[in-house]
Amino acid sequence: MRVRKRLKQTPLLQVQNISKFYGDLAACLNISLDLYPGEILAIVGESGSGKSTLLNCISGKTGINAGEVRYRSRNNGTIDVHGAKEPVRRHLARTEWGYVHQNPRDGLRGNVSAGANIGERLMGTGSRHYGEIRSQAEQWLERVEIDPCRIDHQPRTFSGGMQQRLQIARNLVSGPSLIFMDEPTGGLDVSVQAKLLDLLRNITADLGLAVVLVTHDLGVARLLAHRIMVMKRGQVVETGLTDQVLDDPHHPYTQLLVSSILV
Amino acid sequence: MQRNVNNDTEALLSDIAKIENEPGYNHAFLDEQTKRMVRRAILKAVAIPGYQVPFSSREMPMPYGWGTGGIQITASIIGKADVLKVIDQGADDTTNAVSIRGFFAKMAGVATTEKTSEATIIQTRHRIPEDKLTRAHTMVYQVPVPEPLRWVEPRETETRKMHAHSEYGAMHVKLYEDIARHGRIATSFDYPALVDGGYIISPSPIPKFDNPKLDMSPALQLFGAGREQRIYAIPPYTKVTSLDFEDYPFEVQKWEDCCGLCGATTSYLDEIILNDDGDKMFVCSDSDYCQRRCEAGHKGPFADDRISDEQGERNAS
Repeated sequence: MRVRKRLKQTPLLQVQNISKFYGDLAACLNISLDLYPGEILAIVGESGSGKSTLLNCISGKTGINAGEVRYRSRNNGTIDVHGAKEPVRRHLARTEWGYVHQNPRDGLRGNVSAGANIGERLMGTGSRHYGEIRSQAEQWLERVEIDPCRIDHQPRTFSGGMQQRLQIARNLVSGPSLIFMDEPTGGLDVSVQAKLLDLLRNITADLGLAVVLVTHDLGVARLLAHRIMVMKRGQVVETGLTDQVLDDPHHPYTQLLVSSILV
Repeated sequence: MQRNVNNDTEALLSDIAKIENEPGYNHAFLDEQTKRMVRRAILKAVAIPGYQVPFSSREMPMPYGWGTGGIQITASIIGKADVLKVIDQGADDTTNAVSIRGFFAKMAGVATTEKTSEATIIQTRHRIPEDKLTRAHTMVYQVPVPEPLRWVEPRETETRKMHAHSEYGAMHVKLYEDIARHGRIATSFDYPALVDGGYIISPSPIPKFDNPKLDMSPALQLFGAGREQRIYAIPPYTKVTSLDFEDYPFEVQKWEDCCGLCGATTSYLDEIILNDDGDKMFVCSDSDYCQRRCEAGHKGPFADDRISDEQGERNAS
């Protein structure tokens, strides 16, 4: 069903043959992918395989040496992410995109309250009504299962899981269509991880969010992702639907990965 | 309560003025190349209202935080015909104001005054005079932290980009935080303002009471930060808007009391504790304004308690 629906649409994000070199080392080599609206793509691989570099290249945080990243924006047509001027990229990053860091402290402002953290994007796009900003912040806190009475508390008084959820709320408040996530469940213990994954799955389905998810945890990929890309030494070794790849891995490296975990 | 002009100080200043042409010192202390550099920065600042122009700040014979930025601007624009007024906390007779006036009287040989109407250059830290400024005035502000975004973003590279791309959402985060904590915008000085719809500036530590005076002012307003090495400006007749929320509009401080000495109700008042029982009075922070009102016969509730010069000396001895 979903596959047929996708065929009718044009990709939200097109990555064509991008490469990124650090000296002689190819951190990413000739990687192409298409991401459709509402689709969740997991990039998996061991440490140092180039997952995070690829995410940074796609999201325009790092420059690339070859290739092209094109994003179909809501109002401004198709944008060449790396060819566009910096203000365009920065505007995208705080309106139509979101970026969830592994460490919530990288994605949150530590010295202001939870409400201000969520409201920042709204204020950045011209919202100037305190009451409205606050009520939206309350709604989003509720949505990510944080008690709205904690709206005036600083993020550092929150637990790790709550901080991560707050970071997600802060990203989602501007109604993005694409979210980049770098190991969103990385530093959390297993029960909190499960809860967060559940939340992510519901929210992404409700909002029809497209997600590029970097993880080394195949369990996370299996739970969340529609499609999966396996990376090794900066190259994509296998790609396909999540269940296909994980249940019937073809590439020896993928077989090794799958066999090394107890899922 | 002693607010009369101290004749001894004036006499001292004019004595000092006589020794202006000391060998080895240039007019207004700075060498000509430095003044040229500062003037170029000022020109650029005036051309791009609100933009913080970097300049190579010099060491001055006073510590950072005492007005090294303002003093460099004043030194660069002051001519022999100028009349200088310096205020600190609104008053002309505070230590810093007196010594900066003395400095320029000695190093530039200019006339100094305490009267706003007579001055052509007014160097200030905390206040804008109560009197209406005119085109004849140039305001020079001493700024400690020129970057309004510093509170939310510690990286200079990042704040520069935020200014360049007008990414000013973070500035409202500060005001939001104020309302969330105090129920109102509690920022009462250094209140961020948008200059000509372009750059947001930190208007130095003036109270927000003075923010409306920045707007469409006929005087040229120059801001100098010595330690942070930045100069910015508001040209005459430029729109300056103080940031706010639709449901929490910008407002200035108000007092229920009037000035104890001159009875003024529309000026910025300082609170003065009178004794250990907590009795207090309010007085105008602008000493020149208060003085002139007293001389014109206005009286506040404490006007008769004023100590005259002679009494003051007797009490002291």
